[in-house]
Amino acid sequence: MKPIKTAIAALCALAATGTFADEKGTSTTPEEDLKTYQDYFFKRFPGVPLQEFANGIYAVNKISRQNWEAIEEFPPYEPMVDEGEAMWNTPFANGKTYGSCFNNDPAQRKNYPYWDDQRKMVVTLPLTINECRTKNGEKPLKYARGPITRLLAYMAYESRGQKIDVKIPNKDALAAYEKGKSIYWTRRGQLNFNCGSCHMQSAGQHIRTNVLSPALGQASGWPVYRSKWGEMGTFHRRFKGCMKQMRAKPYKPQSEEFRDLEYFLTHMSNGIEFNGPSARE
Amino acid sequence: MRNTARHATIALSLAALFGAASLMPRIAPAEGTNMAAKGREIAWNRKKGNCLACHIMANGVSPGDIGPQLMAMKARFPDRKKLFDQIYDATKRNPSTRMPPFGKHKILSNADIEAVIDYLYTL
Repeated sequence: MKPIKTAIAALCALAATGTFADEKGTSTTPEEDLKTYQDYFFKRFPGVPLQEFANGIYAVNKISRQNWEAIEEFPPYEPMVDEGEAMWNTPFANGKTYGSCFNNDPAQRKNYPYWDDQRKMVVTLPLTINECRTKNGEKPLKYARGPITRLLAYMAYESRGQKIDVKIPNKDALAAYEKGKSIYWTRRGQLNFNCGSCHMQSAGQHIRTNVLSPALGQASGWPVYRSKWGEMGTFHRRFKGCMKQMRAKPYKPQSEEFRDLEYFLTHMSNGIEFNGPSARE
Repeated sequence: MRNTARHATIALSLAALFGAASLMPRIAPAEGTNMAAKGREIAWNRKKGNCLACHIMANGVSPGDIGPQLMAMKARFPDRKKLFDQIYDATKRNPSTRMPPFGKHKILSNADIEAVIDYLYTL
């Protein structure tokens, strides 16, 4: 427990400094963060291999895992993958398809999120889908739920097995990463939690009867069919739900804040294979 | 046994306080005093204290396991003020605590916290 506590204390101390990039040069690099975070979870859950963390609480909780394995025999997201494939193949009013924006290859998951140095922003897959639509004269889709989750489910399914490999190519990208990290570690809301309060410090523990998922691997399985929702949702929908549960004012799906958070959080899972879509409680 | 004696003492002193001992409904010792019963309701309510989210408490259904079990509270917090402070803002004692600052963030009123302490002292 001691090293874990020390690591947490170090993380919290980092969090307290805000941006971590202070003038004294004591900030940690993304590479150092990656090692710190992944080592923390390896120590907390001995024997759980890196790839297993892609399965959320089912990697660390035997009882939940049994239910989940039963659910995965007839995955609730399967019809949505088919619907997404139909969307992929259906031309827009102008005759073009989504394929025209994605090199005619739906297996794009490994390319997102990425730092767009021209636009100086983190670009995510859902954002690119909507940019593809508006470029072709179609209305953008809503980001949290609905049709976009179908297309994402199909693209994720086609991308299964691709490795997460988020790159932080330059100083501006690093600033976005740091911003995401700072959002992650900022206490907020009436309950005064940061993301790590639950998903680092309490990962694998129970809040009432719910098991709290480890932060490591959280980026891999989207979109998710969540039994609690009774439908599919996006990564940013879950971010929003988390913030509401902290009794904080949530950011909007695909806001700069959530894109930076996704950038930071996905980088943390570098080396894990994408395995979306997935099913969760 | 000691619990029963303590409940009786508290009940008696409360009764004396209100000066209506004979009119007060009889409270089963296990239920504690009125204040303690109110405190328990606040502690178990998901929208209020929701202490069970993280703490095991006697007879509490579906508790979490993030915080320590709440038992022998009188022995652990003989100083009522210290317990009040801990509930009011636990970050004072431990900056990296996960416990929400119930008083400071107005999740509970001071009166709510006092009632919760009455209940905690029955554990």
